[in-house]
Amino acid sequence: MAVTKIRAAALDRRTLLAAGGGLLFAGAAGPAAAQKAKPIKVAAIYTVPVEQQWVSRIHKALNAAKARGDITYKWSENVANTDYERVMRQYAEEGNDLIVGEVFGVERAARKAAADYPKVAFLMGSSFGPSKPNFSVFDNWIHEPSYLTGMVAGRMTKSNLIGMVGGYAIPEVNRLMHAFMNGARSVNPNVKFMVTFINSWYDPPKAKEAAFAMIDRGADIMYAERFGVSDAAKERGVKAIGNVIDTSAQYPGVILASALWHMEPTVDKAIANVVAGTFEPQDYGIYSYMAHGGASLVVDEKLVPAEVVAEVRAKEKEILDGLFRVDVNDAEPKSTI
Amino acid sequence: MSEAFEILFQASFWVAAIRIATPLLFGTLGALLGERAGVLNLGIEGIFVAGAMTGWLAVYLGAPLWWGVAAAAAAGALMGLLHAFLTVTLALSQHVAGLGITLLATAGSHFVYRVAFPTLTQPPRIEPFAPVGWAWLEGIPLLGPVLAQQTPLTFLAIATALFLAFLLARTPLGLAIRAVGDDPAAVEAQGLSVAGLRYGCVVAGSALMAVGGAFLTMSAFNAFFFGMVSGRGWICIALVVFASWRPLKALAGALLFGAFDAWQVRLQTLAGAFLPSQLFLMVPYLLSIAALLLAARRADYPRALMKPWRRGER
Repeated sequence: MAVTKIRAAALDRRTLLAAGGGLLFAGAAGPAAAQKAKPIKVAAIYTVPVEQQWVSRIHKALNAAKARGDITYKWSENVANTDYERVMRQYAEEGNDLIVGEVFGVERAARKAAADYPKVAFLMGSSFGPSKPNFSVFDNWIHEPSYLTGMVAGRMTKSNLIGMVGGYAIPEVNRLMHAFMNGARSVNPNVKFMVTFINSWYDPPKAKEAAFAMIDRGADIMYAERFGVSDAAKERGVKAIGNVIDTSAQYPGVILASALWHMEPTVDKAIANVVAGTFEPQDYGIYSYMAHGGASLVVDEKLVPAEVVAEVRAKEKEILDGLFRVDVNDAEPKSTI
Repeated sequence: MSEAFEILFQASFWVAAIRIATPLLFGTLGALLGERAGVLNLGIEGIFVAGAMTGWLAVYLGAPLWWGVAAAAAAGALMGLLHAFLTVTLALSQHVAGLGITLLATAGSHFVYRVAFPTLTQPPRIEPFAPVGWAWLEGIPLLGPVLAQQTPLTFLAIATALFLAFLLARTPLGLAIRAVGDDPAAVEAQGLSVAGLRYGCVVAGSALMAVGGAFLTMSAFNAFFFGMVSGRGWICIALVVFASWRPLKALAGALLFGAFDAWQVRLQTLAGAFLPSQLFLMVPYLLSIAALLLAARRADYPRALMKPWRRGER
């Protein structure tokens, strides 16, 4: 059954290609061609389990859309990069309207696969730009609240030494770290940073070891880009800054502030575009900015003094009003001691 | 530059080195035991995952910590039983069977985890093993304070290394195990069961590997994350060669690797300003390869390793 389906689709593709490949890229055959009725069919492909903090935000936003009745939602987690294109094609063949995922490890292959299914809309986490005819991108552009958490850390550190443990030094990690460092420096020019990458997204024991090493050297605030860092902070009685998700309930009295990511504006906008028949290749990154509600700051006011909170909230207002722009720097951050 | 070596004299550095070494020691001893009997077990990476998941899940469901360790060991033993059945009874390729077990145990662990927790945002935490903090131990100069900050499983790992060294070198059973890895026909001629010895070693070795995995979720951390084993099993396979199949050398090798890794995270914060981070991440592996090159020249591997034995075949 499945075999005939795929064969039919392949034949279809070949005929189309024979009829003139240019047609595929003309735009007229793109996902924007027709309006669709709710609920539209959405499928998501994740390379890590849905508990992973980054992916959990996408999963949450899609589940919310499902609960509203806007979409039907199915998902695959833990898909290896080598398998990613196959799963993309499978979901496209199954007639999904919108496919969401993350293609950081398969940027080129994913764009090629998407181009074979011009009627399907793709919305993918990516370090690069959108591609014709149907490939839109997003990313966790939460550098604005990261800058604000940096201000909190800069004010709160007593040793003037802040530790940062990251997964891999890729743009989406680097830019948040830089924003955080700039925020800290803006209020405390004496602050120094220690930076370690552990070369894994998901190795909490290793992240914890890296954090211990920094705390041993005198860091009193840890930037918790990975799971495991806040655990080390809790055990040694120092503070931590959260990233992407709010973990203050798991580590009471440890997390000073967190830069949160909200995927809802991005996902809702893409769904609306697919429904209206106006889905075009575009960069949805802007919907992760604070002004669109895609990012926010939480501060634990029990741990952070009122004047620091007031200072940070004032800067937050400047950002929201468009008076202050947080610099974007994708270069690998370095230790400064 | 001298600061890079000053690290080596800090107690906290050695605490970290031993903590990092513990799961590797369990895994290396487990792999070593099987290989001494002639069976390579590449299921180790998956058995680590199964042990990490089972031990943590058992404690989460209400079992005491040591029962969690026992549950992890049982899960490992079960995987070992399967590996022994494939490689001893059916005499299949040990490479293929082992890799198959890694895939099976990894995927199976994730399956059980997802069935147990279908809608979660974060894995639940358990109360893990605490550092022993024995007062009499802290009194010992130099070594005492470093050991007192370790969890009970670390002491179990060191005790296991000593026990295996004694077992293999000094007991009739150890002699039989070494013989079955060198010349199974001779063991058969002695009236001992080749299959029985190999089954025993593979099952016990797999149980040890699983306890190494359990250390990750029950001592080093307090929750199971999929993918958290991240290659530790493969490092153990190399450490067995480094140790030339001797338990005490395995202890030294695991400690050496742990020290390299603890050193590189500290170096990153020290020299990260002018050297790329990837360079530091390579350090433990580069130094391990160098150590392996030196050690492997004299490697005395079990002569029947990876050779299936069929009764009556020459």
